[in-house]
Amino acid sequence: MRPSTSPLQLLLGKRDFYAGGLMILLGLGVALKGSTYRAGTLMHMGPGFLPTALGILLVLLGIGIAAASLSDTEEDQRILPEHPEWWAWFCILMSPVLFIVFGRYFGMAPATFSCVFIAALGDRTASWLSTFVLSTVVTIFGVGLFSYFLQVPLPVFTWRGSL
Amino acid sequence: MITTALTDLWHGFGVALEPHNLWWCFVGVLVGNMVGVLPGMGPLATISILLPLTFGMKPVGAILMLAGVMYGAQYGGAICSILLNLPCHPPHAVTCLDGFPMTKQGRGGVALGLTVIASFVGASWGITEMIFLSPLLVRAALQFGPTEVCSLMLLGLLAGSTLARGSPVKGVAMTVLGLFLGSVGTDLETGSERYTFGLTELDDGIELIALALGLFGLAEFMNSVNQVAPINTAYTNVRLRDMRPSKAEFKQAFLPMWRGTIVGSLCSLIPGTGPTIASFVAYATEKKISRHPEKFGTGLIEGVVCPEASTHSSVQGDFIPTMSLGIPGDAVMALLLGALMIQGIVPGPQLISQHPDIFWGLVASFWIGNILLVLLNVPLIGIWVKMLAIPYRYLYPSAMFFVCIGVYAANNDFFQVGEVAVIGLFGYILLRLGFHPAPILLGFVLGPRFEENFRRAMLISRGDITVFVQRPISAVFIALCVILIGSQIYFRLRGSKVDVLKIPEHPPATPSAPTLTPQQVPATPAE
Repeated sequence: MRPSTSPLQLLLGKRDFYAGGLMILLGLGVALKGSTYRAGTLMHMGPGFLPTALGILLVLLGIGIAAASLSDTEEDQRILPEHPEWWAWFCILMSPVLFIVFGRYFGMAPATFSCVFIAALGDRTASWLSTFVLSTVVTIFGVGLFSYFLQVPLPVFTWRGSL
Repeated sequence: MITTALTDLWHGFGVALEPHNLWWCFVGVLVGNMVGVLPGMGPLATISILLPLTFGMKPVGAILMLAGVMYGAQYGGAICSILLNLPCHPPHAVTCLDGFPMTKQGRGGVALGLTVIASFVGASWGITEMIFLSPLLVRAALQFGPTEVCSLMLLGLLAGSTLARGSPVKGVAMTVLGLFLGSVGTDLETGSERYTFGLTELDDGIELIALALGLFGLAEFMNSVNQVAPINTAYTNVRLRDMRPSKAEFKQAFLPMWRGTIVGSLCSLIPGTGPTIASFVAYATEKKISRHPEKFGTGLIEGVVCPEASTHSSVQGDFIPTMSLGIPGDAVMALLLGALMIQGIVPGPQLISQHPDIFWGLVASFWIGNILLVLLNVPLIGIWVKMLAIPYRYLYPSAMFFVCIGVYAANNDFFQVGEVAVIGLFGYILLRLGFHPAPILLGFVLGPRFEENFRRAMLISRGDITVFVQRPISAVFIALCVILIGSQIYFRLRGSKVDVLKIPEHPPATPSAPTLTPQQVPATPAE
């Protein structure tokens, strides 16, 4: 990373600064929410005791991680990889979402097809045809295995079913 | 003592040889062997995918199969390292150093053959250790009250998070995060809801399978997508008769094999040091005592056999604390414990006496599974290598389907599928920020039991926190925790992190699966 003079600038260029920051935020959230539950005494602990303590611990660890980043000499401080795969990431994350939507309203076969289809589109080399073939094959095998053989209670085809 | 262990083992063989148990053991090692070869599919993801399928099974068959996946994958991982120079499975990364040069010299078959033998030797030793050590440990552990259990868990969690890959502080942060995630849902003691944000689906807590598949499935796919280059299969034509080592080669491998085994079993006794560390330590030791250390890295048999034997002996040894104390050493073990808990079996020292069929059946199935693996590995290597030709672009979408349907089938609820997506995204962010998510699982599985025991200990001691250092056994565990943290700080301050474990020449980074290689040589306070 480029040499910078002010410690703040130095921090902002470090990956662990953000790592620590995330832990601090998480810890704060956990501790603040935890303090709304009854903490009780050490002898009779309430439900809020341990989570609050964990949240505070997480904040302290986060501070430690962020502070240690000052002496971090590693060259590569990028958070994103060299070639961000926004499209592929989006496709992979959409895969379970489509599975939920199609599974709920149309049944297992459409859910399987759509979930494999969108995930496969994330690959750079994927063509429409190869994606289509792959999704069809997985759907046939998957539905056969899970619906007929393992009897997962999800209808193969349905229309806005009563799920 | 020894005779009771042997009669119990005999009983275990009876259990493991029942046709359906034998079948599940076979399925487990076969699947494990296969995914062990495939880059980008680890045993963690596979066990999580198979986990929902085991709900309908009997507990013995379920655990036999899932454990089989685990050690089966260890056999497969070596194939990748030796023939393809792909350190895609961390415990086998060191094997690349000498395994691939051997392959280039046309001796890949011999390397594989010897690896199989070394693996079997290592595993056998680990299993024997488990047979005789576990009852002893259990006898001691049955004396433990909640205070001791609590500090033992603390030690296990600390060791699991600080000795694993990456920065120790980050590891501890992940463990704490896991402990917190374990507390989501209805509080067992008071019945009040915690962190559910009004979602009734979260009342039972976060689903273990959703967590595991999010962190080790989805996040891992996001990490590897479009990063996996086609694999160079130029050296993968291994014929069966190439695999038989000559007498001289066998003699050369014999002693390193045993040294590796001993190192592995010692490593497995330290909680938290998994097979990866064992293999690195074994390689370093072997190099140190060798008469010609400069030849390491050029295709030396010792450099292949020693780390492989130690990996296997450590994998089997890791089951000891998991099964006899209920304290898992790493994420895979945590997942196996989770599988037992889903089946309604409470892990802990009482497991062996209450469910002898599970414990001894598992031990016996290790023998059977390892023999099966030796038999399978030899003829199947050719097929596994062909499977490597399956491009990642077919692999991960299919795996996505298994993830979705597996999580759905666990509870027949779409909500958990959504959990996977959220956890997967979060897990990927953690990965990019340099965290290793494995300790999360450790904390998550132990969390509820830790809280329960902590509360009980506090109740008994009337809120006196010093009870942890007042009771002698507990004090020992706490002292070990302090030593562990102290040594980490000491090594950090001295700046010399891991001299012993510094591998002079890391395997030439192949373009494929760069992120699956151990980013950092595991840091241990080894002298």
